[in-house]
Amino acid sequence: MFAGKRLSKELLKLQEHLPPGITIVKSDNLEEWQMDIKVLDTNPLYQNQIYRLKFTFSSKYPIEPPEVQFIELSPATESPRPIPIHPHIYSNGIICLDLLSSAGWSPVQTVESICMSIQSMLTANSRDERPPGDSDFVSHNRRRPRDIDFLYHDDNV
Amino acid sequence: MESDEDFMSIGSSPDDFLDTQGSDVESLGDDFGDDFDGGFSKDKDIIATKRKPYEVEFKVLSPEDIDREQNLQVNEVSSILGLPPESSAILLRYGRWNREKLIESYMDHPEMTLEEAGLGTNFDVTPKTEAIPGFVCDICCEDGDDLETYAMRCGHRFCVDCYRHYLRQKIREEGEAARIECPSDTCNMIVDSKSLGLLVTDDLRERYHALLTRTYVDDKGNLKWCPAPNCEYAVDCPVKPRDLRRIVPTVQCDCKHYFCFGCTLNDHQPAPCLLVKMWLQKCEDDSETANWISANTKECPRCHSTIEKNGGCNHMTCRKCKHEFCWMCMGLWSEHGTSWYNCNRYEEKSGSEARTAQARSRASLERYLHYYNRYANHEQSAKLDKDLYLKTEKKMTSLQSQSGLSWIEVQFLDTASQALQQCRQTLKWTYAFAYYLARNNLTEIFEDNQKDLEMAVESLSEMFEKPVPELANLKVDILDKTAYCNKRRVILLSDTAENLKNGEWTFNMDW
Repeated sequence: MFAGKRLSKELLKLQEHLPPGITIVKSDNLEEWQMDIKVLDTNPLYQNQIYRLKFTFSSKYPIEPPEVQFIELSPATESPRPIPIHPHIYSNGIICLDLLSSAGWSPVQTVESICMSIQSMLTANSRDERPPGDSDFVSHNRRRPRDIDFLYHDDNV
Repeated sequence: MESDEDFMSIGSSPDDFLDTQGSDVESLGDDFGDDFDGGFSKDKDIIATKRKPYEVEFKVLSPEDIDREQNLQVNEVSSILGLPPESSAILLRYGRWNREKLIESYMDHPEMTLEEAGLGTNFDVTPKTEAIPGFVCDICCEDGDDLETYAMRCGHRFCVDCYRHYLRQKIREEGEAARIECPSDTCNMIVDSKSLGLLVTDDLRERYHALLTRTYVDDKGNLKWCPAPNCEYAVDCPVKPRDLRRIVPTVQCDCKHYFCFGCTLNDHQPAPCLLVKMWLQKCEDDSETANWISANTKECPRCHSTIEKNGGCNHMTCRKCKHEFCWMCMGLWSEHGTSWYNCNRYEEKSGSEARTAQARSRASLERYLHYYNRYANHEQSAKLDKDLYLKTEKKMTSLQSQSGLSWIEVQFLDTASQALQQCRQTLKWTYAFAYYLARNNLTEIFEDNQKDLEMAVESLSEMFEKPVPELANLKVDILDKTAYCNKRRVILLSDTAENLKNGEWTFNMDW
């Protein structure tokens, strides 16, 4: 299978060398992975926090982008994982990022490069806010992230 | 009707129209000006002339015609700029097929234009698929010395298999063709048709070309797809968006569908596109319902139930709460003393103001409803006629067997049915048009024309519904009436189109 071979190779490479601030949490199958990431600088918005990303791969990966979103683990648990505050991240974990859309995706991107892009997206942000219309979107959206037509209008954060 | 000459000489001549429109629609203006100079007394001439005042110049293009047109332009630019045809095609698509502007931009800044179009400037290599020892594909991570690979002129190399998957995804799943970029991350080199031809199977190549044709038609202002379901033709018409206040460009595709080139809705002559849009919006708008409620109902002063007074005196007893009040002043009925049925407070200033407001609102509503009911009636009747049309064939078959008429001889029913459809469509829109017209002498002529057509249509419609055995005897009548309907329609449309073109109509709104 197309995706399988590529993911196995990506996994091998990640196990050899993990970039700073990125850890593999779950990679036991080739449909869904989970990764933990943290920011590398001292941005006060994200200090001392670890965030969990869920990757869902279709059989067409990497020709098709994976579905990537943050997932939340309750603060009461041993390892809490909040949804980072960011003007392009909805409170249900859905990320509005050009790279993850079919138009912005390139098949040479990898799980590693996506993690690093999201790390830098957090690092570069200084706005302590959710996207406009967050509560509305979160309560009404029933679509999967890949089917949403985001408008990538804001390249500043 | 005898004042034709006066009517035609009011205001500007057809030449003024030309002047205001600029030179690029000259051919259009000519077509409009020439053949309508007589007015109503020359009905025969109008029908005999080639293009009527409400008709526009247009050409229907088949998919092959569209291909041919594209190739012609690509080859021309290719020979002017000395670039390969597949690169010229990308340049043209980037410049939205504006040849002159593109060539100018290329002459001024060749490298910048090429970069922006996604072509790159390196034309030295001729890409082909090849196996490169030691190569690892960045997409699938495959290696192997005999792995077939491909790179466009940008040099980003991937295995042929991944390239193929990538192109299939873009073309099949995403419907992309004109701007498929190199699979590499930061490269904006556009995949050209030659590279594509090397890599994909025939079915995908066909789809790719169909998508390219689609963007070609979408990019060109003078081309529009026929909106009929499954129709593959496009229409070429020189009418520009800025002309749409003065021209209603109805075109007919080779699939027989009549549509407006301006807005691609069904034929809506004589009403201009902008007006049609306003009318449809108005009819859709809930505000009209609210308007009706405000004009026709009041609330019970005690329980606020909505009450519609449909007759009787001013003494109201609310059905719900049994409150007794006066419909005029809304005050308690018991306070009215002996002046029953003649509310004194009605004459008070505040009351009279409220009454004027209500009357105005009601008058405007009634005016709207007058036009809307007639508009909706023709729409509904056209649907019924259409159902009838579907039965026409059956009727014709049965008529044939009963009357001994030949197939050709019973075609008159088909012709009549088509005339009914077309005339009702026109009539429907005359009512939307009339709603926005300010009254003057021209509207009287217009309403006369409208009335004549309407009467003719209704009487044809009536004949058309007769039982099959009677139809054969009515053949001559139906033929006559059909011809008359068509003639009345031509007269009405010619008149409105002429006045629209010359800016003679006065409208009761800004648009």
